[in-house]
Amino acid sequence: MKTPRNFWLWAASLAVYAFLYIPLAVVVLFSFNDSALNAEWVGFTGKWYARLIHDPDMLQAAGNSLLIAVVSSSIATVLGTMAGIAMHRYRLRFLPFLAVTPVAMPEILLGVSLLLFFRQVLDLTLGFVSIIAAHITFSIGFVAIVIRARLAGMDESIFEAARDLGASPWETFRFVTFPLILPAVIAGFLMSLTLSIDDFVITFFTAGVGVATLPLQIYSMIKVAVTPEVNAVSTLLMALTLSMIFLASRFAPDVLKGKG
Amino acid sequence: MAILEIRNVSRRYADLSAVDEVSFSVEAGEFFTLLGPSGCGKTTLLRMIAGFEAPDAGQILLDGVDLADTPPEKRPVHTVFQSYALFPHMTVWDNIAFPLKMAKKPQEEIRRRAQEALEQVHLADKSSHFPHELSGGQKQRVALARGLVNQPRLLLLDEPLGALDAKLREEMRGELIDLQREVGVTFVFVTHSQQEALALSHRIAVMNRGRVEQLDEPSRLYGYPANRFVADFIGDINLMEAEVTEASHSHLKLRVPGLGEVMAPPLPDAKAGEKGALALRPEQARISAHAQTAELKNHFHGTVRGFLYLGDVTVYTVELDNGVSMDALLANSAPGRAKFFDIGDDVFIAWRHDAGLFLRE
Repeated sequence: MKTPRNFWLWAASLAVYAFLYIPLAVVVLFSFNDSALNAEWVGFTGKWYARLIHDPDMLQAAGNSLLIAVVSSSIATVLGTMAGIAMHRYRLRFLPFLAVTPVAMPEILLGVSLLLFFRQVLDLTLGFVSIIAAHITFSIGFVAIVIRARLAGMDESIFEAARDLGASPWETFRFVTFPLILPAVIAGFLMSLTLSIDDFVITFFTAGVGVATLPLQIYSMIKVAVTPEVNAVSTLLMALTLSMIFLASRFAPDVLKGKG
Repeated sequence: MAILEIRNVSRRYADLSAVDEVSFSVEAGEFFTLLGPSGCGKTTLLRMIAGFEAPDAGQILLDGVDLADTPPEKRPVHTVFQSYALFPHMTVWDNIAFPLKMAKKPQEEIRRRAQEALEQVHLADKSSHFPHELSGGQKQRVALARGLVNQPRLLLLDEPLGALDAKLREEMRGELIDLQREVGVTFVFVTHSQQEALALSHRIAVMNRGRVEQLDEPSRLYGYPANRFVADFIGDINLMEAEVTEASHSHLKLRVPGLGEVMAPPLPDAKAGEKGALALRPEQARISAHAQTAELKNHFHGTVRGFLYLGDVTVYTVELDNGVSMDALLANSAPGRAKFFDIGDDVFIAWRHDAGLFLRE
């Protein structure tokens, strides 16, 4: 039975979701529109996707994005897992703060400060290395949070039991801790991938001139006009992101539901 | 020879003494219990024996060797945790085989001994189950099998029955006794339940505020508590302020304010004028409708103020004429009858001259 109050709650929720998803739906819809203008629906086509596949710049950007995402996420997952375990075990006061700050820091600030650091302090030529380093920086915090949430939900005496029954600290990690946090490690890795592939602001500051990632490529295209090709690549990016978030939520439901 | 020796062990947290100069030794094959209220230091002591915490002072010796520099995994000491701490991602079999694998035993031996341990705890048909598929009692048995499978010198048990419901706890008590007798491993058992301690142990160390108050066999602890804390903690007891008026090698005469003269068993080097308490177990106090002066020297008139029906026995609370309240226990030998006396009844409370105990502190 729907009370009036229930009705307004539903209406409000629906409005919020509409606000969030209608623009995305429009992008997806127009990526299949058989017209060069994003103005009116003409008919269904897959030609914008076909054109994408034959666009060398786009393919190059997609390749760059993937490479950067895989390398930076792998490193961030290792470091973030270590940070998450340390945060859980030692209850240090500043480590959680330091590891999580990049998550909350405005991207533009992080981008500018990384640019300054790479150029002025390290005198690094901007390119793959600088982008990867930057992506690792902001991914570590996410991984660490997921790992810590997973550990916080576990009975501490399990790890003591392993030691007690003859496992060295390394064996305890290998046979007990790691298998237990593996879902969180995978979830952290997938989240890092997503963040890396989608990132624009920080990449923009740390990319230099030679390397373009997908978001940078899209940005350079819409400077001219929002073509259906942009819609198509955005749709693909969206599909990739959503599927990874879905996968991550399967591996670490406790984190993404906010129970951790 | 003592298998475990605790020598002047202390452990402090901030300015709180968790364990304070504790010394005792445990004999091989013994079922030894650390009993005390929560926060008395028993669990801290157990964790120090296991190696999870280090003493601030004192020594812990296993078979005469100081364990100070031995990490937990190198100690032939295994623990059964209160939460069981089974590895949730491993089957029952893998849980039980874990200590053997860590000890790098040959495959064949692992298979044989894990199987033996499984059968010992009657779980042979559950070997491929995961811990979350087991009942509390089954988890408990897996934890026991896992702790015993690699034949430790000592098995430490941290309130292992605490998480079970009452009926299961009683069953597990019996199983624990049988299991310990069967494997012959020395058990060090921690509990706050005096019933568990009395039922299971060969010897009990009663702890309070980081110290051992008394260490003895269950029947000695119950019959001859060393002080008020032990008397009160183990079983139910009536405590009354008392003063020694006459001391001899055959008996003590006590004066209980308002009650008069009470006879008590002798106490070495007791002196007239000493103050303390008279302790009397409810089952030692006999309650009757008529005076029994001929038989029992300690006997007093009172009025029933309340009773508690416990099935096998009923505990009557009797207010003596001096205003002191006393509990007396009466077995319910007549079926279907909850009480022999009613509230307001005139009764007599009496006890033997060699029952009761004078406690100095």
